[in-house]
Order: sequence, then C-alpha cells, then structure tokens
Amino acid sequence: MKENPYQPWLATIEDVREEVGGQRPIKTFKLKFQDKNIQNNFSFLPGQCAMVSLFGQGECFFAISSSPTKKGYIEVSVMKLGKVTTALHELESGDTVGVRGPYGNYFDVEGWKGSNLVFIGGGIGQAPLRSLINYIVDNRKSYGKLDVIYGARTSKDISYKQEFEELEKRKDVNVHLSIDVKEDGWNKFVGFVPDNLLQVKPSPKNTIAITCGPPIMIKFVIQNLEKLGFSEDQIFTTLEMRMKCGIGKCGRCNIGNLYVCKDGPVFSYKQLKNIYGER
Amino acid sequence: MDKMILSKSDFPKVITEIIKKNNVYAPVKNNDTIIFDQIKKPSEMNLDFCNSKVPPKKLLFHQTETLFKFTPGTKAKIESVDINENNVIFGIRPCDAKSLAILDHAFQGDFEDPYFLKRRKNTILIGLSCNKPELNCFCTSFDDSPASSKYVDILFTDIGDKYYVEIKNDKGKQLTKNISNLLKPATENDTKKRKEVEQKAINMISRHQKTEGIAYKLDKIFENPYWKKVAFKCVGCGTCTYLCPTCHCFDIQDETTLTKGARVRVWDTCMNPEYTLQASGYNPRPARTNRVRNRVYHKYNYYPKNYDVIACVGCGRCIDLCPVNIDIIDVVTRAGEVKP
Repeated sequence: MKENPYQPWLATIEDVREEVGGQRPIKTFKLKFQDKNIQNNFSFLPGQCAMVSLFGQGECFFAISSSPTKKGYIEVSVMKLGKVTTALHELESGDTVGVRGPYGNYFDVEGWKGSNLVFIGGGIGQAPLRSLINYIVDNRKSYGKLDVIYGARTSKDISYKQEFEELEKRKDVNVHLSIDVKEDGWNKFVGFVPDNLLQVKPSPKNTIAITCGPPIMIKFVIQNLEKLGFSEDQIFTTLEMRMKCGIGKCGRCNIGNLYVCKDGPVFSYKQLKNIYGER
Repeated sequence: MDKMILSKSDFPKVITEIIKKNNVYAPVKNNDTIIFDQIKKPSEMNLDFCNSKVPPKKLLFHQTETLFKFTPGTKAKIESVDINENNVIFGIRPCDAKSLAILDHAFQGDFEDPYFLKRRKNTILIGLSCNKPELNCFCTSFDDSPASSKYVDILFTDIGDKYYVEIKNDKGKQLTKNISNLLKPATENDTKKRKEVEQKAINMISRHQKTEGIAYKLDKIFENPYWKKVAFKCVGCGTCTYLCPTCHCFDIQDETTLTKGARVRVWDTCMNPEYTLQASGYNPRPARTNRVRNRVYHKYNYYPKNYDVIACVGCGRCIDLCPVNIDIIDVVTRAGEVKP
C-alpha cells in the first residue's frame, strides 16, 4: 500500500499506438514504471483501473486495458475527449507520466472458471474487456466457450483491430464483429451491437455475459440478454463516472451509497437493479 | 477523566503557556465574523460567539491543499510535501468536534488520506461548551449535547466566574501538564453548576429534526416529486456545502508556472453542475433536483449505510446562511412524512 495514495509513481511511455483516428481518436499507451520494484510489484486483475496523469494538466481514471498476464508494463486506451486526454494524445514514447493504482474491483476470473463467457463491447468500452479477454485467452483451458461480440460505428472505428484479427484466427474463440452502417468490402454483421447479440444468440446455460460500451448500448444489450434467457446475476458491466481521487473520498462518482471508483467499476446487473441513484 | 476548575483570571496564563509549544487556533473576530485563526496571544481570541462562520474542519481539511509539487511537462519529477504540525484548536464547539469524528470515516479506509489523518493525530481539541445555542442549532436531534465532551480531548465549560475543565484522555493530560498548578479539582458544587449550565443550554434549543428511521425512509422516496419541490428555490450557490462541517468533497487541479507545478486539492461541492459533468458532455446529475437530493441523501442515507452515522451534527450553518432559506431541519423532517 502506498503511504500517500494521491502521489503517483513515475512511468515512461514505451509505445503509443493509434487505435482509431478521426474526430474521436483513441490511442493506447504502453507504460512502464520507472522504479523497477514498483513495476515488479504492481499487480492487478482485469477490470481494475489506474489514475494516469500528465503533470501540469491533471489526472484521469482509466481501465487498464492490458492483461495482467502480460508482464512488465501496463496499457491504457485513451479517447481524446477532454482537457487531460487531449494533452495525453500529444505525448510520445519516452515521455513521463504519473500512474497510481490499481483501483476498484475486478471481474471474478476465479469464480467464472468452467463457465462459457460472452463479451459484448462497443467503441472505447472494449478497453476493460480487452484486459479480460486477453487474460482468459492466456488461461484458455480454465474456461468454456468464448464469444466475443464487438461493434463500432464504421470499420475505421474498430479498436484493437490487429488483436481481433488474431483472435479470429483461433479456433477456440468465436469473434463476431459489426459496424453500424453498411460499407463496401464489409462482409460481417451490419447493425447495432444489441442486434448482433440477438443474431449470435448465445445460450445462457452456464454462461456469463460481460458488456461495456456507451450507456445506450448497455441498456439494449441487457434487454436482449434477458430476452435470450440470461438472469440478472449472469450479466456484468463496468461503469464510469467523472472522478478526481479514485479512492472513494472526493465524492463525485457515487451511485447511491456506492462509489464507482472503489466499490466498482464492475457491477452485476443484479446489483445495479437494487441500487438507486443517478448514473 | 479529570474534572478541574480554572479561574477566569488564570485563563490567559493557560493559553499563553499552550501557545509556547503549539500552534494555537482559536475563534477570532474578523470583520464582524467569527473564524478560527492562529493566535499569538490570548487577547486575540473572541469567545463571545455561538459558532464560527467557517467550521474549524478547515484547519485539518484545508480549503486549498498542496498534495505534492512537481516539475511540469513530460520529464516530470515529484517532490513530496511534509505535514508536520503540532496544533491545538481552542474553542471548538462540541458539534464541530463531532464533525471531525464523522470526517474520519471518509478519510480512513483502505486508502488513508495522509493530509487529514496526520493533522488529526497531531491536533489537540480543546472544546468549549456552547452556553447560548441559537435558533437553528439542533445538535440534540442526534442525542448530542451543546456541552458534550465526547469528541474533544479537553472540554471547557464557562460556569460563571470560572471554567469547568474536563481532561478526557492522555492527549489532554499531556497538554495540561505544565499548567497543572493553575487547575484545582472541581467540587461537587462545581459539577452541579456545570450540569445546570448544560441543561439551560439544552433548553434553549427549540428546533428538532426527526431523524428516526430516516435512512430507511429515504430508500423509499428517491423518485418522489418531493425533491423537486425542495430544490425549486435552490440557486445552486453551494454555501450549504462549503460551510458544512461534515462535507468532504474536493476537486484536484494542477497549478503551474513555466518551471514549477503543484497538484492541489480544493473544496468542491456537489451543488456545482460541473462537479459530475463528464468529458463527453453527459452529466448524471444535470438538474438542481438531482444535486439537492444528493446532498440530503449523502448525509442522511449514504453515510448511515456506509458508516452507520448520520453526516449532520446540527450546527445550523446551512440554514443560517442559505440565501433562499432552504432549511435542512424542515427538509428532512418533512421527508419523513412523505408518502412513498
């Protein structure tokens, strides 16, 4: 445990990958802690988050998008949207940022052993799912059937494109990509993610569904999962809110009495149904 | 607990003695307003007050606090900030002292806040019983008393020509070691007098908030139109939260010049629409109704759920200073009467 949870460790950007260009670009930053001890002892599980800061600009809370099975670095995927993320997008390999964490809870990767898993992601919402998918693939034998459903607005908006191509080559993972609007050369599903889900039609038997994406997508994905027979404790999602401290003190990320940063970001649909509060 | 007596003529000597070895903060008058500030001699104090405008929580949870310093930019270096003060707060009211115990919950936990907790550890609280509660005081609604010694290290009670001094613990004993010659053991008569003073103060508290079962009740009326009515006259100024002794929300910002930088935290308020505004433009609490409700729920539902205590001490500041007379006693009492 850190003596001062507000003070980040220094990390060096090892690599910057552009996932998506255009108006809402997404970049993935590969970060390595400058202190070797910290790098070796920084342990997390899929779903957990970190506060990344650029000194002079501020901090943001991101899902760690790399898998803990990939040692020696962590990755965060950042959509250019506000002040800090815009500044982060200017950074290059070799630059220094601050990192503190890991924060929040995680996906129950132990409890889900033996289950079939369905991942339903949209847009930048794939970041926490990517960590989980890569973790599961690296521990493939412990889990049942894997379905990865992912959609973006256009083929250019698909994040982690190369990784999806590699997943598609595997026989033990079923990848179902979609784009919202028809495009020349696209022979996969055209339409919204919740519709693709109905078409893929995963069986709820011994299956856990994990979804993350824009709130409107999550809403209809959950509706469709229930249509397919999934119960509320078989459905999981991760949430986000504006955050400043990441450790349950600054107050702003609460949904009812729970703080997304500390009590989340992973929630079962059953949990979410039983708490009230703006989200 | 030691029960002692200090004559009023010896009182300045005691304060002078304490100032020698500690930073002493006490109520002082500043442009017709009572605030807590550091004093260098006892005459700077002003003890003719009900309560300070800004709660003394500001001495432990600073309105602006440098978390650490750094060199800005992409080749940053970090420099830690040391918190090393021996503070004494003299004249803190029992309600405000309780608020610090309530704040402990928020700042403790899996991630300990070193700024608040270190100061808390190094601060000695000398309470001063409240002999003249005002119209909007309602500490008794939480089974507390204007002369409660529960949350202080030493409690002073003005019993006329002398102070009744209760030394509660080792922190208090340590502080009074050098002045023990000025303290005399209290007689039965003094203790009786102290009780009378306390009862008289309790009798002056005329308003009461009905808090029984309020956390459960709020569970049932989150979506009730009642909150729209409550929030209707709110102008969103945030005074209620800035001056609340139990509010702990903050913002974190980087302040920089070309060569120097600091990450600072500043008090924030859930009354600001920007407080929850996300970079995408989405705001989970876009309307004043959402924000006013959040303030009430944080204190009367979320805090009781998380820490088993209502996050209100009945100091009355938010009622006294609200520009549109939103009255938390009324709001909560009437919430209890709303039909779910």
